[in-house]
Amino acid sequence: MKWIRFGVPLLLFVVMAAFLAKGLENDPRHLPSARLNQAIPEFSLPTLDDGAVFVTQQDLKGPLLLNVWATWCPSCRVEHPMLNTLAEQGIRIVGLNYKDERAAAQAYLQKYHNPYSAVIFDQEGDLGLDLGVYGAPETYFIDTKGVIRHRHVGVVSDVEWERSLSAIWRSLAEEKT
Amino acid sequence: MMSFARLYAIATAILFFVVASVSIATIDVYEFENSQQEDDFRILVQELRCPKCQNQNIADSNAGLAKDIKDRAYKLLRDGKSRDYITNYMVERYGDFITYRPPVTKNTWVLWFGPLILLVVVVLVLVLRKRTDPKSQGSAHITDEQKQRVGALLERYKQTGEKDTVENEDQGVGQKGKK
Repeated sequence: MKWIRFGVPLLLFVVMAAFLAKGLENDPRHLPSARLNQAIPEFSLPTLDDGAVFVTQQDLKGPLLLNVWATWCPSCRVEHPMLNTLAEQGIRIVGLNYKDERAAAQAYLQKYHNPYSAVIFDQEGDLGLDLGVYGAPETYFIDTKGVIRHRHVGVVSDVEWERSLSAIWRSLAEEKT
Repeated sequence: MMSFARLYAIATAILFFVVASVSIATIDVYEFENSQQEDDFRILVQELRCPKCQNQNIADSNAGLAKDIKDRAYKLLRDGKSRDYITNYMVERYGDFITYRPPVTKNTWVLWFGPLILLVVVVLVLVLRKRTDPKSQGSAHITDEQKQRVGALLERYKQTGEKDTVENEDQGVGQKGKK
């Protein structure tokens, strides 16, 4: 019976250590999107530029990036130059201005350059909620049919883009032809 | 100086009261058509988890997102939707993560039944050990020779009252004999 006294705690320790070691690699903030491989939910929201012009899910046929941003979000400021670079490369980026103030958002784009082909103004966060957004920035990869193919949580950095995101984008862009 | 154990106990007590007072969640200024609706709302905000501030439910959280989810849940309730409908509605958007009562799936099976299985295993181990452990068989294991010695010692003690002799003779047997 001696091996039980020694073996059971050892086994428990090994199992726990294995789980905890695995847990270290997980970022708990990176939740899987429940909307993956689904069409963009129905919505009708004004643009940032003109409150009388409305955008719906019909307008979001990709390939495009739907970038959730706000002026109150410091990380958005960090990724903004990268978005400018991507837009210069011809990538279509639609902005989703999330729970923000119109004037502040307009001033922000004027100051830091506007990489968006259009900006949806979601003041109440309604589309955000329907998409399952839980913080800015988030970037959705939308295919030609308007289906969400990938969600990136956090800053789109040049490192992340090189490592994985550009490949996802290329596969989406090639589907068009 | 206060001992560590005592300090620890006091700290735990303070923490408990803080947590207890915080979790008496404030129901914000929502108005309901009837008490059923209010109860449903109260349960919903306790069971829905805030995706932004991960270890709080949306009742406890002050995050903007928690407010949005509360507002949406309220709106749906007022529209006559059921609690299950609203939970599913949120799961569709935020995934199983959003509910503190996740559905039983392949991924959550261990979460639901793990503790029960662990309990059964522990009980089994305890029962089996009790049965095979010779120490737990008690006084039945005294040999005849030992019994005789106990008897003799008791006899001597009764006659002479010399307690010292008894204890000096054999500590272990002497104590058992006194029972």
